[in-house]
Amino acid sequence: MFTIDHLVQPQTIEEAYQILNEHTSNTILGGCAYLRLGSKKIRTAIDLANLHLDYIQEHPATIEIGAMATFRDLETHPALKNHFNGIIPHSVSSIIGVQFRNIVTVGATVYSKYGFSDLLTALLALDTEVKLHQGGSMTLADFLKKPYPKDILTAISIQKNNCKAIYQDLRNSKSDFPILNTAVSCLDNQWRIVVGARPLKAEIASKASRELSDKAVIRAEDVKNAARGAAEELSFGTNLRGTAAYRRAMCSILVSRAITEVLACR
Amino acid sequence: MQIETILNNQRVTWQIAPDEMLADTLRAYGLLSVKQGCDTSCCGLCTVWIDGKPTLSCSTLAYRVKGKEVTTIEGVQSEAAEFARVLVAEGAEQCGFCSPGFIMTVLAMKHELKNPTEEEIIHYLTGNLCRCTGYLGQLRAIKKYLGVD
Repeated sequence: MFTIDHLVQPQTIEEAYQILNEHTSNTILGGCAYLRLGSKKIRTAIDLANLHLDYIQEHPATIEIGAMATFRDLETHPALKNHFNGIIPHSVSSIIGVQFRNIVTVGATVYSKYGFSDLLTALLALDTEVKLHQGGSMTLADFLKKPYPKDILTAISIQKNNCKAIYQDLRNSKSDFPILNTAVSCLDNQWRIVVGARPLKAEIASKASRELSDKAVIRAEDVKNAARGAAEELSFGTNLRGTAAYRRAMCSILVSRAITEVLACR
Repeated sequence: MQIETILNNQRVTWQIAPDEMLADTLRAYGLLSVKQGCDTSCCGLCTVWIDGKPTLSCSTLAYRVKGKEVTTIEGVQSEAAEFARVLVAEGAEQCGFCSPGFIMTVLAMKHELKNPTEEEIIHYLTGNLCRCTGYLGQLRAIKKYLGVD
């Protein structure tokens, strides 16, 4: 059972950051959907509710999403439906139910780098930047690769471009966690193949993406090779939802379908 | 900690612990329609509205409703009773344990979606599990209640 000794709602991000670093067990609260499943002992829980981070803003070159925006906000926001083939709303729409998606926040999901995340896979296929209060801005790919000191994720920013993107997943039942998910995008013949819920966190299959990007014309054989290549270059693990071998086999199927769908969008 | 909130259109003041969940607060307050099912954010039995949005009260810290409006099925009794009559008529009510959370989600959907398709109804209700009915009776009842094909 988790415990919280104190709970505060700071008025500024600086105040939140200062409290966060006062003690190792001080923690920023996200949507708290998984809090009950753990046994975390939190000295001071920091709720960002007063910092107005529950926004989605469309700018000329970017779409910026505040850390406290919920998955339901992502699912219903017109700008996200209208860009990148609606990959962001699509990626979160099968997560449990509406009442769950009204709780879960973007900031907590991205900052926690959850392996089972549907959203991270979709975001990684796009040109996404993460904004940390202290650490500044960096690409999502860099953020996922490197460990960062305790910080507060304030927003993510997605570059608006003509990128075509498709999300595919495999689940035992519609609202369950994914066994595997994938997102494939293409911008100016530059392909990006991302696979998540391996059950490790989402990762770009760099070699397969590069090989596909080198093709002047993409044939059925190239799609097959890229999908097989992605399955070979990434690592997979076993948990109660599936074995590593099953995930690897399913990876090439999902990637193949996603590439084919992106090709159909062009 | 002390918080003030609007519960079913009435201002209330609660004394709560920092790690207290809203479902526990509501049940301790006597609102036993708020059921505790899975406790893992999956079943939808504890659904209430926070500022009009359906939310899992088992996974929401009570502190987070400070200054907000919380609605349980007791706050929408006449609307809930109207839908419940259709549910019963369609044979979609069995043990009834999931009904309060289910009805709160259906009413939220009614306010949020205009003339939803069958696919949209099913999608909206995915987070409400029922182990008795098999969902078909519920789907019939919802369509009849909303007047959609």
